[in-house]
Amino acid sequence: MIVDDFILRAALAGLMVALAAGPLGCFVVWRRMAYFGDATAHAAILGVALALAFSVSVFLGTLITALVMAAVVSTLAGRGWAMDTTLGVLAHSALALGLVAVSFLPGVRVDLTVYLFGDILTVSRNDLVVIGLGAAMVLGLMVWRWRFLLAATISEDLAQSAGVNPARERMVLVLALAITVAVALKVVGALLIAAMLIIPAAAARAYARSPELMAALAVTLGAAAVLAGLGLSLQFDTPAGPSIVAAASAFFVGSVGGAGIWRLVRRG
Amino acid sequence: MSAAPAVAARDAVARAEAEPLIRAEGVSVAYGKAQPVLSGIDFEIRPGEIVTVVGPNGSGKSTFLRAVLGMVGASAGRVWRAPKLRVGYVPQRLHLDPNLPLTVARFLRLLQPLPDAEVLSLLARVGVPGLEGRSMGTLSGGQFQRVLLAQALAGRPQILVLDEPTQGLDQSGIAAFYRLIEAVRREIGCAVLSVSHDLHVVMSASDRVICLNGHICCQGTPHVVSNAPEYRALFGLGTQGALALYQHNHDHNHEHGPGDDHLSDHGQSPTHSHEGGHDR
Ligand SMILES: Nc1ncnc2c1ncn2[C@@H]1O[C@H](COP(=O)(O)OP(=O)(O)O)[C@@H](O)[C@H]1O
Ligand SMILES: [Mg+2]
Repeated sequence: MIVDDFILRAALAGLMVALAAGPLGCFVVWRRMAYFGDATAHAAILGVALALAFSVSVFLGTLITALVMAAVVSTLAGRGWAMDTTLGVLAHSALALGLVAVSFLPGVRVDLTVYLFGDILTVSRNDLVVIGLGAAMVLGLMVWRWRFLLAATISEDLAQSAGVNPARERMVLVLALAITVAVALKVVGALLIAAMLIIPAAAARAYARSPELMAALAVTLGAAAVLAGLGLSLQFDTPAGPSIVAAASAFFVGSVGGAGIWRLVRRG
Repeated sequence: MSAAPAVAARDAVARAEAEPLIRAEGVSVAYGKAQPVLSGIDFEIRPGEIVTVVGPNGSGKSTFLRAVLGMVGASAGRVWRAPKLRVGYVPQRLHLDPNLPLTVARFLRLLQPLPDAEVLSLLARVGVPGLEGRSMGTLSGGQFQRVLLAQALAGRPQILVLDEPTQGLDQSGIAAFYRLIEAVRREIGCAVLSVSHDLHVVMSASDRVICLNGHICCQGTPHVVSNAPEYRALFGLGTQGALALYQHNHDHNHEHGPGDDHLSDHGQSPTHSHEGGHDR
């Protein structure tokens, strides 16, 4: 069977995002950072507007706004602001501000749906290199810091007693999150990046006996969702990004249902 | 039994000569710009010493532990720790997210690699053998605290730091837990710095009690502290009854010799010392 180049590139891009999102997504779930991920991802739209306005690469623009957003959220959290409200305000403000800012850009009309929902089928060779480098950095960070991230996630106090600095591990996660947002923007779009982090990890939970296994399972389920979603998109001409997330959601439902049945069977 | 006083005296001399594991001088701690939670703290603990910190809720006990461990910075004064000090820490709170799959064995390996045999022997040592494959979320309160203790012991600590390690245990569970800590301490010879409200239980085992309320109100042997006016002012007069009650139970459980005086304070005289009663 001959596979078109653009499909191959799309699949590769999606798989690389899944590889980075699996372990990072586990930490997002374990540390209850779902809203944090959302806020960072939504800020990416503002980054797109700024990147286009100052003609720098969209990747750089989203990376920087995601980092700034993460820094603002962390600072406010440190000052004792109620986190869900703060994140809700910041996430939606950044999104709205980004959408308004894009409409002010002179010249070319920008197709916003590309940034909101991703455009995986137009991934270029250059995009692929950027996505690959970004995903490798995130995965490298996860593997390198795994022990410390896990200790700090389970108990900051315990981690600190062994000389781990929880604040530094938080920074590692924030950096990894910003990079992931920047590389996943092209693949699933700003609105659904958090979904790619959370859904595969959540689906993996029921079957994992250890943190490492949960991360590996999340990668596997994320990769399967990418392939299934792409197939769906090509078959039925549905938008690719949402199709991938829909496939992941189906896996989640299957996983939760399967786990329930498994428990029933075991009980007799 | 007769060798116990001599051993205790020799130990005391050895301790006094050893460098302290941790020393704090004039330490104050403040969170943000608020009033300091602790001020003017002078403290030291030597190898093998058992020191207990007591004080009402919010008096800064946890902050005290965090400050001497360097987990929170001092706004005044300085803290000195022995180089490469190995600390085993049981935090006051440890909330595990149910979405994080974690077996007991994996938890014991959280801060250092540990061979399987060591995992098994640690769990057996703290009285919960066979739990290694269990998920942390399914443990009872007593099992959880013992696993926390095993985790603290996994790094072969020179000092155990325990922040209210008996919370959620019933009266007999508390007594058993403290007996366990004392037994473990005798085996590995580590110092123990613990925080407690369970005054009547802890006091008997401690070399020194520090009564804390934002500053050190009084300190000394358990007997001295329980009779100190500062301590009485902080905890009221009811504690004396509880102290006697516990000691009664305690002596009963351990079958001290017939000469034991049930109302005596264990820490007070070497002939009634705790260690003497347990050794065989
Ligand atoms: N991380 C923190 N930030 C701000 N205030 C704190 C923090 N931790 C403790 N406190 C305050 O410091 C005081 C002492 O707390 P703590 O050391 O936990 O007391 P204890 O352990 O004796 O109950 C309390 O008033 C508490 O509200
Ligand atoms: Mg406390």
